[in-house]
Amino acid sequence: MPIKLKVNGTARSLEVESDEPLLYVLRDEFGLNGAKFGCGLQQCGTCMVLADGEAVPTCVQPCKNFEEMEIQTIEGLANGDNLHPIQESFYKEQAAQCGYCLNGMLIAGLALLKKNSNPDEEEVRSALDKVICRCGTHNRFIRAILKTAETNSKF
Amino acid sequence: MAIPKPSRRDFLKTSGHLLIGFNLLPLAYCQPKDEEGLGYSTYEGIPERPHLDKNLIDSWIRLDADGHVTVLTGKQELGQGIRTALLQIAAEELDVDIDRCHIINGDTGQTANEGYTAGSNSVEGSGKAIREAAATARNYMLSLASVNWDIDIESLEVKNGEILGPSGQKASYWELLDGKYLESKVDNKIAFKDAKNHQVIGNSILREDILNMVLGKTHFVHDLRLPGMLHARIVHPPSYSARLVSVDVESAISLQGVLKVIQDGSFLAVVAKREYQAIRAWEKLKELSTWESEKITVLPDQLFEDLKRKSQSPQTIEQNNSILSKINQSNKKHRASFFRPYHMHGSTGPSCALAKWEAGKLTVWSPTQGVYPLRNTLADLFDINEESIRCIGLPGSGCYGHNGADDVSAEAALIAKAFPNVPIRLQWMRENEHMWEPYGSAMRIELSAGMDAQGLITAWDTQIWSDTHSTRPRGDAGNYVSARHLENPFTFDKGGFSGGSYRNATPLYNISDKRLLLHNYDGPLRTSALRGLGAYGNIFALESFIDELSHLADQDPLNFRKNNLDDPRAIAVLDKLAKETGYHDRIKKSDTGYGLAFAKYKNSAAYLAVLAEVTVFKDKKSFHLKRLTAVIDAGLCINPDGLINQTEGGMIQSASWTLLEEVHYDENGILSKDWNSYPILRAMKTPEVKVHVINRPEEKPLGAGEAAQGPVAAAIANAVFDGTGTRVRDLPIKAEKIDW
Ligand code: FES
Ligand code: FES
Repeated sequence: MPIKLKVNGTARSLEVESDEPLLYVLRDEFGLNGAKFGCGLQQCGTCMVLADGEAVPTCVQPCKNFEEMEIQTIEGLANGDNLHPIQESFYKEQAAQCGYCLNGMLIAGLALLKKNSNPDEEEVRSALDKVICRCGTHNRFIRAILKTAETNSKF
Repeated sequence: MAIPKPSRRDFLKTSGHLLIGFNLLPLAYCQPKDEEGLGYSTYEGIPERPHLDKNLIDSWIRLDADGHVTVLTGKQELGQGIRTALLQIAAEELDVDIDRCHIINGDTGQTANEGYTAGSNSVEGSGKAIREAAATARNYMLSLASVNWDIDIESLEVKNGEILGPSGQKASYWELLDGKYLESKVDNKIAFKDAKNHQVIGNSILREDILNMVLGKTHFVHDLRLPGMLHARIVHPPSYSARLVSVDVESAISLQGVLKVIQDGSFLAVVAKREYQAIRAWEKLKELSTWESEKITVLPDQLFEDLKRKSQSPQTIEQNNSILSKINQSNKKHRASFFRPYHMHGSTGPSCALAKWEAGKLTVWSPTQGVYPLRNTLADLFDINEESIRCIGLPGSGCYGHNGADDVSAEAALIAKAFPNVPIRLQWMRENEHMWEPYGSAMRIELSAGMDAQGLITAWDTQIWSDTHSTRPRGDAGNYVSARHLENPFTFDKGGFSGGSYRNATPLYNISDKRLLLHNYDGPLRTSALRGLGAYGNIFALESFIDELSHLADQDPLNFRKNNLDDPRAIAVLDKLAKETGYHDRIKKSDTGYGLAFAKYKNSAAYLAVLAEVTVFKDKKSFHLKRLTAVIDAGLCINPDGLINQTEGGMIQSASWTLLEEVHYDENGILSKDWNSYPILRAMKTPEVKVHVINRPEEKPLGAGEAAQGPVAAAIANAVFDGTGTRVRDLPIKAEKIDW
């Protein structure tokens, strides 16, 4: 049975094994590198995407479970030639060292803003807690998300 | 905000060079079409050319035919922002806009051999070379113009690569050079631009690679997707000594997509069409294999005793025959022992590399910190000459030292051998990285010191027990773990112990009598370079001990340090820290502890002073690290925000080591296999951090990437003491070690 996935607004039907986790389908079939393999154990958050607006890890859950859902990856955020406000804040705040965790931090932050457009610092910290950053860039991510909230954009 | 158009700087890792494999083909062949879906765009700046000689300008700086500048460095981008800093240096001395410049990092096909990107040396080393080459290049261009126009060099000016003469003459570097290479020699006595004229250096130029990251563009070696590439996974033995007894290869091969199981002695790997198929087969192979191994005999509860019992007779780093009697005769004396456990690099992304063999020649795309040492060591592994190997460095997940990057590169090459002409991508699984990376060594540090009646330290004795802090591959294949597992194994010779063990062990304080002894120890776990090497443990001990001495002398810890220091830059970071934090006006609250620490990294690089603030919850028997404030002096500051970012990161990482981390193991091997069994600091518990910079434009830039590791550990210990009255001398500093 082909799997039907809708990623960044484009629906595609694919011949992959239905137990294959979404992460590998995104990387190998869609050529999307944003979500990263970090642990394969749902412990680090580097592989997260937005599924119906929620930040979810993709390294364990089979792609089949994402059928019927709107999947959005970091690649799908920019609007034509314009950066998404959260991308802009991350760039301006220079919120990365090696950047391997950036995808997870950004997606976790965006999912929070979708639910709560004006979070306080504790709420941001709590949303980012599921993402591992070994470089110690946490405070910049927190700041970038608070700055994004200040733009009063619609998420 | 509109997406900034990628300037030339954006091409730093995107030039065709990384895709062409071994041969240095003519440019026309180096242009992969983006339609191939590689994700990497191309840059037609300059044809590839092998590195010829470190002394040539052209080895560092090339003026491309079409008005751009290529900077070459043997150093790797590790997330420290080195590419931006080096571009700033080149643009400044060349007098060109930074947007005209792009950079190529470590590639044995093109760049100079600069060894490893380590020890916070890149700005001091590569930065200096590029600065000299750029200044020489500018001079060279000026003299060309002066000859052409027959006017005095002094009367010429440069604006963004354009030379302007007094009577309206005008020619750009590129017009004058006319597509030729800059073949002349670097003048290493050349005068640099006066700091007061700096326009690019000293600015917080944004790192453009972060723009790529937020767009989810290809950046990491992990993202490289070569045509026809296959995926591999490696099954490491379950423990260091384990040998493969049997494996049911047939069942693994029968899994969908699996192309081959490679077994060579205890080296076991699988290759499949898709990544997930390789992972499934990897899981299966773990189940289908049986191993035998010896038990680890030195267990964690005996480690620090064993360290003392079994180490070799000490190496004398600084001798002083009468040190003990001097300490004994002092007005006030003190002694204490400090302990640091094994720590992990714990890169967020497990190590990954690609390799491809073509007609006996090998290309490896690697996140290594040193492409040349990688090439040497691969030459030993495959018994071929170095010229048959090309190693191309690409960004990996932050490594902070010798993690799995070199091992995975060698393993990818071993696996690729079975698939001529096919690129093989090998990524480690989380447990490969956690269990097989070489850790930062456990250490035991014993200090004793004496003071006079005024609280001036007069004598200081240090004894260190430690395993090695560097087993980086430097030509012997035995340094790759997997080379030891082959049917015909390479033997591993730890080969002497590194100087890293006593890094920063000598106090910078004014002390007339000092002794330093190092006891080298061959411990139970694999160890190598982790950010700061021994400096982390040594400064933790030294600066905790200084705090203890200040209490013994009944002096404020900051004043006590200043009284015992001469170095004006050391005093300046302490003074600035006091000012920025209102240190002297702080009000003692029962639920708050403050702790201070200071070090000059390696006693030769950046100065850093830090104040830690902990909040104590006595009723809950717990504490929280609330805030870290640091002042850093790294000499001439190339990119202030880059320096701050890296320092903040070092502080948080060190806080994590200090509060939470130790590698767990038992007689059967490593128990810290994932993020649950090896927790690190996450966003909820991350302290606020603030970094202040003292910029010294007239001084040379100093390495800063590791400056925070040691001081932060001691500052936390000192703050915990201030807040709870308990002196914790064995890391990590956990609430249960406090006497509530
Ligand atoms: S890779 Fe999915 S949570 Fe770590
Ligand atoms: S920036 Fe490197 S892991 Fe977060």
